[in-house]
Amino acid sequence: MSSITPAEVAAGTGAGAGDPGEPRRPGRVSLGGLSLNLRSSGIYIAFALIIALFSVLTDGALLQPQNISNIIVQNSYVLILAIGMILIIIAGHIDLSVGSVVAVTGALAAVLMVDMGLPWPAALAVTLVAGGLVGAWQGFWIAYFGIPAFIVTLAGMLLFRALTLTVLGNQGIGPFPDAVRTLANGFTDGYLGNVGLGPLGGADLFSLLVGLLAVAGMVVAQWRTRRSRAGYGQAVDPVPLFALKMAAGAALILFLVVQLARFKNLPWVLVLLAALVLGYSLLAGRTVFGRRIYAIGGNLHAAVMSGVKVKQVVFWIFVNMGVLSAVAGVIFAGRLNQAGPTAGGSFELDAIAAAFIGGAAVQGGVGKVAGAITGGLIMAVINNGMSLIGSPSERVMLVKGAVLLAAVAFDVWTKRRAGTAR
Amino acid sequence: MADQMTDQILRMSGITKTFPGVRALQDVTLSVRRGEIHAICGENGAGKSTLMKVLSGVHPHGDYEGEVVFDGARCEFGGIRDSERAGIVIIHQELALSPQLSIAENIFLGNERSRHGIIDWNRTNHEAAELMRRVGLRENPVTPVADIGVGKQQLVEIAKALSKRVRLLILDEPTAALNDEDSAHLLDLLRGLREEGITCVIISHKLNEVTAVADSVTVIRDGRTIETLDMAGGHVTEDRIIAGMVGRALDNRFPPHEPSIGEEALRIEDWTVHSPTQPGRKVVDGASLTLRRGEIVGLAGLMGAGRTELAMSVFGRAYGTDISGRIFKDGRPVRIRTVQDAIEHGLAYATEDRKRYGLNLIDDIRRNVSAAGLAGLARRGWVDEREEYRVAEEYRRSMNIKAPGVSSVVGKLSGGNQQKVVLSKWILTEPDVLILDEPTRGIDVGAKYEIYTIINRLADQGRAILVISSELPELLGLCDRIYTLCEGRVTGEVPRREATQERLMHLMTKGQE
Repeated sequence: MSSITPAEVAAGTGAGAGDPGEPRRPGRVSLGGLSLNLRSSGIYIAFALIIALFSVLTDGALLQPQNISNIIVQNSYVLILAIGMILIIIAGHIDLSVGSVVAVTGALAAVLMVDMGLPWPAALAVTLVAGGLVGAWQGFWIAYFGIPAFIVTLAGMLLFRALTLTVLGNQGIGPFPDAVRTLANGFTDGYLGNVGLGPLGGADLFSLLVGLLAVAGMVVAQWRTRRSRAGYGQAVDPVPLFALKMAAGAALILFLVVQLARFKNLPWVLVLLAALVLGYSLLAGRTVFGRRIYAIGGNLHAAVMSGVKVKQVVFWIFVNMGVLSAVAGVIFAGRLNQAGPTAGGSFELDAIAAAFIGGAAVQGGVGKVAGAITGGLIMAVINNGMSLIGSPSERVMLVKGAVLLAAVAFDVWTKRRAGTAR
Repeated sequence: MADQMTDQILRMSGITKTFPGVRALQDVTLSVRRGEIHAICGENGAGKSTLMKVLSGVHPHGDYEGEVVFDGARCEFGGIRDSERAGIVIIHQELALSPQLSIAENIFLGNERSRHGIIDWNRTNHEAAELMRRVGLRENPVTPVADIGVGKQQLVEIAKALSKRVRLLILDEPTAALNDEDSAHLLDLLRGLREEGITCVIISHKLNEVTAVADSVTVIRDGRTIETLDMAGGHVTEDRIIAGMVGRALDNRFPPHEPSIGEEALRIEDWTVHSPTQPGRKVVDGASLTLRRGEIVGLAGLMGAGRTELAMSVFGRAYGTDISGRIFKDGRPVRIRTVQDAIEHGLAYATEDRKRYGLNLIDDIRRNVSAAGLAGLARRGWVDEREEYRVAEEYRRSMNIKAPGVSSVVGKLSGGNQQKVVLSKWILTEPDVLILDEPTRGIDVGAKYEIYTIINRLADQGRAILVISSELPELLGLCDRIYTLCEGRVTGEVPRREATQERLMHLMTKGQE
């Protein structure tokens, strides 16, 4: 028998350069006893600060019911694109073609619905399939042929813009059927009538109930997750912090819903967007497919050697991006009531910026759907707030550029402080 | 002992270096005599590299407490350029060469031979050839560094140091990536430099090399100097150094193991693999191996013999092109065309390069452990996170992975703990055959013992184990049977009781005679 046991060995190792029992906590701040991870929570704090800033600058105009509705409706298509883009960026790729794909799918929808007079559900289905095929085309070259996504989608950006111009010539096609316009621009009806909210006036009961349901769902789901993690001795937020986070989330949802209920009820795109965010958050966090995306972006070689079907996963996230681009294409065209040859210009940049502001890592492997949406909303609020105070567009662009750079710089900085940047 | 020597080229005293929350060095003393080879030994994380970073100015003056006296003068280096100007050059474990540049360009990188900003190519290549002769590197100076082997790249680094008129050369794990032949050449070169009056400090885990080449050894443990041993006279043994490193006597570096060997689990016949980069070159040539349940089989070979290539090509053709041969699993022929096939047939391959091929360093223990066996933790595509936590926590305990929880990021763990995560990942797939490629590379002595214990346990569970290792004592201490590989061919099969280092080395070099 040997003179030492592994347990004794264990006592002798591990000390020195860094005792793993007490990791340093870089990028964490303490707020009255509450410890907060800046790297993952920073984005939400920044969002709150930006909203507060513009509320003050615009004398509250930013948070007026109609303005909130405008922000959502005007930015819905970029947010939808950001959902697809974050998955691609997590996998370590990029898609520069989404703006052109928005244009070509919008044009296809217009040809099918307006020129050919197809019923809108059929035309919508064909358009979504076409978007998927566009994604499959790019996914094939990227995943199976091995051309960098940057090149393939740069080519796609040109190809699909060319295709749009070929289909449309130099003019737009419209108007769209009512159903499509309602999806893009319309609101839910007052199914349950109005209720009085005292000094706030009347508000749509249905919208309010949906809001309460959303809050309840969020709290229950988060609580169950927390409990199951705590059950296995995993670190969870202490109760006060958890309560604070839930209260903040609930306040945000309820404020949003109340304001919308006072205006014209819920925009249909918000309903769609909420469903997409929920669905894709679950896909990314809870499914095998979602895990594969993170594994590929985190370490491609390790993913291959762990039996991940890398090519398949990459192919399908580009197919998915194509379908979401088609959704955005139809909504954008429906909102303008016309499919135009210049539709979707620079949408790819907005979607990419949203993902990176929302905490995606440049090297891949890191990012969240909720983060990308928040990133998109930060840009939307900056856009909207600055236009409310009458800033010229060049200044808006300047600020957005600075925010993007600052967000990524912050990410790199926290990573360096954590000592994981290698 | 070293203190009594008058001619010290370097004296570091009272060195204390603190990182936020961690004291990496505490009152460390290091004295190096002029013209000696001085080895620094210690477990991973003991503070060896930090000490060298203090010396070379990576941690500038003011960042640490204590005094550095080099050649009689107090040094206050503000950066690596200051220390290089004083004649101290450090060569890191990961070589800092630019692969597409030529040998000559690399030697003079940052120190170009130029006139008025224009590179003097004749002088560059001429002086490079002179330096290459000094280090025994027989190559054309204009050859790109990417085209020469790791051993020769190491020589380029040393030539580069010589070009800077080095007086104290620090080598951090210089032979970690080298085969025995290249290592021997490098050690000879160090002896030659000693003749020229150049002092060397080497950090090494390979204690046989330390005992072979060093004049003194300083042992560091937990950020403190434990002792300095004078190697003159040859009475200091490896075990004596290990005792200093771990703070206790280590009777046996390998846990005892009685194998119970069962049925054949995997048979590979006439396995041939061609190089994907050099068309027509056979990397593995007609190799045949048999692995049995409960048996630990070793695969010995020099670097470049095709060990890793053999393992990876069997593991779902993860390496190589134009692969031919037959694989039998439990006596039945199987077709394994992808990594997924290999996993489904009960094969697992724990890589030699865990940072590159084994782990997602930015993710946590839980998701690394489940990376290969995720399908087994999922229903209809949905991951059962409760089960995943439970399993990961179970492995953290049973494998003694030292981390506060399974949510700890893998990149921050020590090498030994990272290796345990890799092993956990593969054990979760419930393999019948485990191929472990350099399972203890870059792992300190204590953690090695734990890994050996785990390997024995896996064999006792009835799995077949193939261990690939560059360290012959490890194979001799661990394996029941050892195959030798030379230039892609299996040149021998030796049972444990007949195996000696000499015999294995003879078989491993057969093709070169």
